[in-house]
Amino acid sequence: MTDTTITAISSAQAEAGIGVIRISGPESLNIAKKITNRSELKNRYMHYCKIMQGDKIVDEALVCYMQQPHTYTGEDVVEIQCHGSSASLKEILSMILDAGAEMAEPGEFTKRAFLNGKMDLSQAEAVIDLIKAKTKRSLGLAAKQLGGALSKEVSGIRDELKELLIQLTVNMDYPDEDIEEITYNKIEDSLSSINDEIFKLIAQSDEGKILREGLSVAIIGKPNVGKSSLMNIFMGEERSIVTSVAGTTRDTIEESAQIRGIPIRLIDTAGIHQSEDIVEKIGIEKSKQAFESAQLVLLILDSSKKLSDEDRELINASKDSDVIVVLNKTDLPSEIDEDELKDIKLIKTSFTNNEGIDDLKDAIEEYIKSGSSESRIDPVISNIRHINLVKLANAEIAQALEMCRAKEAIDFIEINVKAAFDYLGEISGDTASGEIIDEIFSRFCLGK
Amino acid sequence: MEKKYLGKYDIVVIGAGHAGCEAALAAARMGKKTLVFSINLEAVANMFCNPAIGGTGKGHLVREIDALGGYMGQCIDKTFISSRMLNRSKGPAVHSLRAQADKRKYHEEMKRHLEKMPNLFLKQGEVIDVDFDEDNRVKGVMLKTGSYYECDAVIIATGTFLRGKIFIGDSNYFSGPNGLAPSMELADNLKAKGFELRRFKTGTPCRALSSSIDFSKMEKQENDEHVVPFSFMNDNIDKEQEYCYLTYTNADTHRILRDNFSRSALFGGDIEGIGPRYCPSIESKVDRFADKSRHQCFVEPEGLSTEEMYLQGMSSSMPEDVQLAFYKSMAGLENIEIVRPAYAIEYDCIDPLDIKLNLEHRKFKGFFCAGQFNGSSGYEEAAAQGLMAGANAALWLDHKDPFIIDRSEGYIGVLIDDLVTKGTNEPYRIMTSRAEYRLVLRQDNADDRLTERGREIGLVDDERYERYLRYKKLKEDEKERLKSTKYKGQSLAELLKHPENTYDSLAEIDPDRPELPQFVKTKLEVEIKYEGYISKQLIQIERFKKLEKKGLPGDIDYNDIDGLRLEAQEKLNELKPTSVGQASRISGVSPADINVILVYLEKLRRSR
Repeated sequence: MTDTTITAISSAQAEAGIGVIRISGPESLNIAKKITNRSELKNRYMHYCKIMQGDKIVDEALVCYMQQPHTYTGEDVVEIQCHGSSASLKEILSMILDAGAEMAEPGEFTKRAFLNGKMDLSQAEAVIDLIKAKTKRSLGLAAKQLGGALSKEVSGIRDELKELLIQLTVNMDYPDEDIEEITYNKIEDSLSSINDEIFKLIAQSDEGKILREGLSVAIIGKPNVGKSSLMNIFMGEERSIVTSVAGTTRDTIEESAQIRGIPIRLIDTAGIHQSEDIVEKIGIEKSKQAFESAQLVLLILDSSKKLSDEDRELINASKDSDVIVVLNKTDLPSEIDEDELKDIKLIKTSFTNNEGIDDLKDAIEEYIKSGSSESRIDPVISNIRHINLVKLANAEIAQALEMCRAKEAIDFIEINVKAAFDYLGEISGDTASGEIIDEIFSRFCLGK
Repeated sequence: MEKKYLGKYDIVVIGAGHAGCEAALAAARMGKKTLVFSINLEAVANMFCNPAIGGTGKGHLVREIDALGGYMGQCIDKTFISSRMLNRSKGPAVHSLRAQADKRKYHEEMKRHLEKMPNLFLKQGEVIDVDFDEDNRVKGVMLKTGSYYECDAVIIATGTFLRGKIFIGDSNYFSGPNGLAPSMELADNLKAKGFELRRFKTGTPCRALSSSIDFSKMEKQENDEHVVPFSFMNDNIDKEQEYCYLTYTNADTHRILRDNFSRSALFGGDIEGIGPRYCPSIESKVDRFADKSRHQCFVEPEGLSTEEMYLQGMSSSMPEDVQLAFYKSMAGLENIEIVRPAYAIEYDCIDPLDIKLNLEHRKFKGFFCAGQFNGSSGYEEAAAQGLMAGANAALWLDHKDPFIIDRSEGYIGVLIDDLVTKGTNEPYRIMTSRAEYRLVLRQDNADDRLTERGREIGLVDDERYERYLRYKKLKEDEKERLKSTKYKGQSLAELLKHPENTYDSLAEIDPDRPELPQFVKTKLEVEIKYEGYISKQLIQIERFKKLEKKGLPGDIDYNDIDGLRLEAQEKLNELKPTSVGQASRISGVSPADINVILVYLEKLRRSR
């Protein structure tokens, strides 16, 4: 089962001083040696290492190799403590993947720990819950919800691969049929074009346009309307939030949280901890910036008070954004004139009494599913698992191209093309095996 | 009618087509007293459709059947009239052997082989019922004549006979293939016992006299100069070969067909069975691919003792006047004399999801199934399942582990796993693209993959096994020699890897080489040239095997496993996969479900 070596960022996906990457499996030690300047790593010693990509020093890190079986997973484990910035973590992770590890599935370290007898029986249910919870939003679904554009690009490339695959397969399996023989020129043309597109996709991901994953959400509203309560509600759930550090070069704070398994980034313009009072202190202009930078705005109004001019200005300013208006404090007598809000979709809540939270989560989930967020997400690969799969596909395409140029037999080329096709299918969740055969029969007139 | 007791056999095989023959032979080789029935002994190993064995994927199957001691390969080697290795321009993994057969001779040769086989008893007779005890265990079979044969296992291989129905235009009637009697009562009785049967359909073109065909208007098809035998037991075969010819349909043909669409049984709505997409009738080709200006028609001899020719690509269920008209519209067929009209045939079969990997029915113990009854199509697919059903019935009687070939060991494994794990909605045909580990599952190494395994359970006789060991050693020794012999600093093996070099072309610089049979040379060349690709696939296979080896107890109630999705629970309970690997291939079972199962298994292990 565990002949593969897996890796993941084990610290929370948030800005922090230190980040931890874990590797587990038989190749752990070799991979650690490959990416550091050390040729020896002693069992259970903390080594100071330089993380090296060729001659380039990527980071400085503390690396600890722990030999099986006395480890968390029961396998050889390497833990790397490096600088905590996302960029640095992701770069090291991607080096580990390139060195032969596979991205861990959700809950996989824990699963391996259990399968290797490292956890007692009573914990089995917890492991299953973990698999269940984490896969709820994984892979295909996540790609569809968060990266509509990505999923479009990937499925576009996958379609091209499919086209090529159909041609190769039909040539291979139906040699006697009246079908145009596919030429090396044709194969090369289509492989080159696919190669370019994949390359572009990878290049974009490397630019790090989105350093953190998830949907950006801004919470806007007057002082004391319940903004921080809502932050706490979101962050309290699933305990995924760990730290928040005010960026030194930016004037925003982002908090990571999850809503029903969907990662979100809560954005506060100018720092929620310093200022409860966005509207008064920095005014409408700053709030507008929040509208600009966030993909979704949660505008909170106080139902126990009449609408103020500031509220009206915020409502007005939100007109061009994707916004969910939250009418909070329904536990208090209503004073707000709902007629004024009759064209706006409202979610009624009482954060104090924990009422209406599910409705709000429904609305956010609905928003993501509806796909209106797509237009605001750059066509980049936002998830490192996806990047890895795209890279694997890319390697197969590169090899296919090489073989094509060497005029190797087409059935060899088909193997690489099929592998690339399957890798991309893992991103979109399409791995139906009959797909190619179905298409062949609908497109070609075959048969004796 | 009075019941007449006629004795006891270990195994009764119903049907002596390609599946039934290999089933009976395998069971007999393994020492079981085996009785095989055919409605008519003229139907033994009859090729009711095309007069050819092999082709892409199918050729691989024949090689595998042969490697396991089956007779199909040797039979076609004795009776072929022309032969060709397809896909030669492509890689060795998809090279596929196909031979035209002398139908009559093939039937005679196979029948005689059955007759001579120890432990095997071939009889003419129609089985109309299978007798089960209260535990759903096979007890015996009843014949139409009231004769009763006691037995412990049954292998059903009824092909297109089971409630067979022929369609020619607006006429249709119950019939087996080619006018032979259909098997009606058996289907009714099986249904009454709780078997769920469904309808599949297939078709065949007309047969015409060669003297009525003008071959000068057709393209002659070349055969291989050096014939590659199907069977591992044959080194070289030299014989004079017959030719096939190619002609085409044209605008006239299509017009005639279109004008008469409403008269085809296919469009008339009488046919309920599902036909194979890769083998459509000419009217559905013209209908579905309207922009295609012509379709191929290969004209193939049916044998040396007949003038009959087979018109490949032109199966039809048009009425005979339309058949005559559209065949006549084609170049070279202007004066065609049709001796057997084209027809479509519908038959009863089961959903292969109802059977297990050892081809035994899930519900009925000792009831094994093979061939078209399982929803497959093709002589080779049938024979492969027949052999496996025969071997597994024999093992089952001895309370031994089933004989399972997995997807990394052979096309037989791909075929059976596809059928019983994924099911099929049309008559299933093997294809090289269905195999994940194609580079390892080549037709040149079927013996290396399977002969040892066949030997273990008694399928492979001494003669074959000794030959296998001898040639294996020859190959290994020569490989070693090629690796250690240097020429200008490079080993001969390294030199052989260069694309422009072949084993034969290196003879000049390698004068001391031993004399080797051609198939050993071919194998060596492939193994050395493609070593890199092959070893990459071997690593994948190793991974695949881990999940295959992780067994799933048959008594798991998947509803009890918390964390499995409902759809997965239902499918798993229905199919009861034998390994985690098989479970992972069931549609509707996700990777997360597999993880949940793994955790559950570990829990189970520890709690014991």
